[in-house]
Amino acid sequence: MIFGFPIISVAIWLPIIFGVLVLSTGDDKNAQMARILALVGSVLGFLVTIPLYTGFVADTSEMQFVEMHDWISRFSIHYHLGVDGISVLFILLTAFFTPLVVLAGWQVIEKRVAQYMGAFLIMSGIMIGVFAALDAVLFYVFWEAMLIPMFLIIGIWGGQNRVYAAVKFFLYTLLGSLLMLVALIYLYNVSGGSFSILDFHQVAIPMEAQILIFIAFFFAFAVKVPMFPVHTWLPDAHVEAPTGGSVVLAAIMLKVGAYGFLRFSMPIVPDASHYLSGVMIALSLIAVVYIGLVALMQSDMKKLVAYSSISHMGFVTLGFFIFNAYGMEGALLQMISHGFVSGALFLCIGVLYDRMHSRKIADYGGVANTMPVFAAFFMLFAMANSGLPGTSGFVGEFMVILGAVKANFWYAFAAATTLIFGAAYTLWMYKRVIFGAVANPHVAELTDLNMREKLIFAILAITVLGMGLYPLPFSEIMHVSVNDLLVHVARSKLPL
Amino acid sequence: MDLMTNWMSAGAEIFLLVMVCAILIADLLIKQSGRLVTYMLAQLTLLGCSLITVGTHENGVVYAFHNMFVDDLMSDVLKLLTYLAMSMMLVYSRQYLTVRGLFTGEFIVLALFAMLGMMVMISANHFLTLYLGLELLSLSLYAMVALQRDSAIATEAAMKYFILGALASGLLLYGMSMLYGATGSLELGVVSNAIQYGVADKNLLVFGLVFVVSGLAFKLGVVPFHMWVPDVYHGAPTAMTMLIGSAPKLAAFAFATRILVEGLQPLVQHWSGMLIILAVASMAIGNITAIAQTNLKRMFAYSTIAHMGFMLLGLLSGGIEGYGSAMFYAVVYVLMSLGAFGMIMLLSRVGFEADTLNDFKGLNQRSPWLAFMMLLLMFSMAGVPPTVGFYAKFSVLNAVVQAGHIWLAVAAVLFSLIGAFYYLRIVKLMYFDAPESHEPIAVGQDSALLISVNGLAVLLLGLLPGALMSVCAVSVQQSLLLH
Repeated sequence: MIFGFPIISVAIWLPIIFGVLVLSTGDDKNAQMARILALVGSVLGFLVTIPLYTGFVADTSEMQFVEMHDWISRFSIHYHLGVDGISVLFILLTAFFTPLVVLAGWQVIEKRVAQYMGAFLIMSGIMIGVFAALDAVLFYVFWEAMLIPMFLIIGIWGGQNRVYAAVKFFLYTLLGSLLMLVALIYLYNVSGGSFSILDFHQVAIPMEAQILIFIAFFFAFAVKVPMFPVHTWLPDAHVEAPTGGSVVLAAIMLKVGAYGFLRFSMPIVPDASHYLSGVMIALSLIAVVYIGLVALMQSDMKKLVAYSSISHMGFVTLGFFIFNAYGMEGALLQMISHGFVSGALFLCIGVLYDRMHSRKIADYGGVANTMPVFAAFFMLFAMANSGLPGTSGFVGEFMVILGAVKANFWYAFAAATTLIFGAAYTLWMYKRVIFGAVANPHVAELTDLNMREKLIFAILAITVLGMGLYPLPFSEIMHVSVNDLLVHVARSKLPL
Repeated sequence: MDLMTNWMSAGAEIFLLVMVCAILIADLLIKQSGRLVTYMLAQLTLLGCSLITVGTHENGVVYAFHNMFVDDLMSDVLKLLTYLAMSMMLVYSRQYLTVRGLFTGEFIVLALFAMLGMMVMISANHFLTLYLGLELLSLSLYAMVALQRDSAIATEAAMKYFILGALASGLLLYGMSMLYGATGSLELGVVSNAIQYGVADKNLLVFGLVFVVSGLAFKLGVVPFHMWVPDVYHGAPTAMTMLIGSAPKLAAFAFATRILVEGLQPLVQHWSGMLIILAVASMAIGNITAIAQTNLKRMFAYSTIAHMGFMLLGLLSGGIEGYGSAMFYAVVYVLMSLGAFGMIMLLSRVGFEADTLNDFKGLNQRSPWLAFMMLLLMFSMAGVPPTVGFYAKFSVLNAVVQAGHIWLAVAAVLFSLIGAFYYLRIVKLMYFDAPESHEPIAVGQDSALLISVNGLAVLLLGLLPGALMSVCAVSVQQSLLLH
């Protein structure tokens, strides 16, 4: 907190309040007003998070900007917020994407504009809450509340099969969350009546209980990440969601699951995490290799990027569960980079979809002839997705592979195949869509990016390149927190 | 025990009885067009009752009428909430009943008599008082379900309700007589002491307990004694369904805790096992069967069964946490159920009941505000934060885990997940589908305001649930555990 100013609370509630204001503009007669209000709210929402970065003290792993008030005193539940080196970047990432999503939906969304914009603003505040909550119940409330706007966004503005996708998304994630709730309540009882996550980190827990808790958390977080056997909701949700929904899903919501592993599973049940790390690594590698191959076969661009997300997130969980600094830092950088890159790719596909109303790769070809500027941007993001050095995608993948080599050569070997598969499916898609002769009259009529779209892509391109060429501002801020987490996780928490 | 204390502790009941009789007579002189006067009188009576309940509140536990009657914090809190629920029920149903020609003096008088029954149940300290209250409530409800004489389905529902209700009363009385035979008393505290310290025949006690629990399960409508619930909920006019599905749940909670906790606490190891079976079966059958329903009232009937099962989980966990969470659950459930049935009545018109799933299609396009209120209510019933339904489930689960039944908690959340599906389906219909009819929704100002308050209360209590939780815990603590 700087001068007693509750920055995190403002970052959470400002977008939510603006979201409610946007909703109150009512029906589509006031659509323009809703759009402007949403843009103002989301830009302000981003600006207020900047002090979190500039004021952040990078040489401690203590929670910073802490706010703590009594909330439900009967269960000693507190309104307890704070950030450390792990969470602060995700808050910025979330706030950063909200204005882009608002801009991306500016003209495309024509029906129920106020509800669309309002839902995104409210969701943005809730997601910041997930990253900042230090009380387990507060975390859970934000975590679940996140589902409601996303459910509506997919279901109302999504594609043809949107209802199926929305319900599948909701029930899948709810299953995991409910098991986590039981685990949290159990922890409350063994920790002597505290819901503070930091207190959970210190409680001694016997091995059997640790394993059960790990499994409960696994369901909650693995579904969100999503990890290999529970990933099937993601392609459906991504494909059916409107562009903005896909962007938020890929860029932020998937990170929430991975963040959960770092904030809950590993520090609360370190022994079970070590014990089960083999399984986690195996699942991660299956995601990297198998899902990478699945992505190769997709005929739908959005589905392809969705599978690519699962594969990239496999990298992230691999990085976590090899338990070394390279792996974990690399995984965190990969999460941030993947946020930018996958968000950008979904926006690219959105641009094409807005003009052609098709996501099929086969319907395109030769887009470079009619949309040269777009093709250039798309090229950059496709390269970043396949991990080209100089783009943000490279840094994280490289560090995770370095970490994996330290742990076991064959982990690294399997993980490194992603550099091939990733390049293969991304660039092959790029080639089929962008290059070649103009495939059909629709492509010939395409118009290149307008100013609004150029602005969005320029911002993202600068970030992707910047992070690729000079990742230090990202990595230095998380360094101490990651090291302390690793030290903590290395200590056994079994009762003596 | 002097006369004044007796009268003071039952002040609200006596006032209500006098007022009901007065309203009954006054209503004879009122023409149908002036029925609003009766309605206003009823609302004033509810206000008067609450003033008396607050005014005669005493710290601690006061016994009256030779220990037949008890006035404690729990009874006062539950009664105040009952008045509130009844008052909301009257507001919601006024327009609905008026257009159907059911807005008669009998309806109001019967509703108030039913409430008197609930109040007696809430304050009972004796098996006979409990039974008296229960019968007064049940008889009024039977009559109310049958009030729509020319509706075959309502008459059928009333008949079923009556026969099964009578059977349940028989079971209950039979069980009570066993307990009386074993302990020599019908007063809750004496029965409890006799079991604890006396030489009561264990077999006889457990035999009686089985009948009492069965009777209780009938009245609560939990599996396998639930068959009347869907038929009655479906057949009765929605206003009566709302009455059956709301305030009596508070009385049922009081009824269950008075019998099981105050009277039969020493047999806890026996009845908690029975409640586990009832609770799990209710959550399973209730949630799974609800998925197959196309009629909204039937669906809510099965959802009630599941919710009552969840509430029993709190009861069987014991302790302040357990009883407090069960009470909180009951209160929250009543709030949500009022809103849900209120919404059905708001969307109904002359000659048209909005009680099938299809009637909610596209509500977001017809009325975004009503759709949003229903969304809050449905997410609350599913137990999704930030609505209050989450905290109801949360506090019960906490009690269950604290009592060491972790697997029961896991089962409970898995069944809630199944339950989430059909609540979600309503949200889906309202937001994702196109409306089937474009009839304008004509909503009275009073009920429109009330549904907004109701929906927002679900959200606000979800953001700040602490106060209500504490009230429930404190009243349970003062009333049940200090004996």
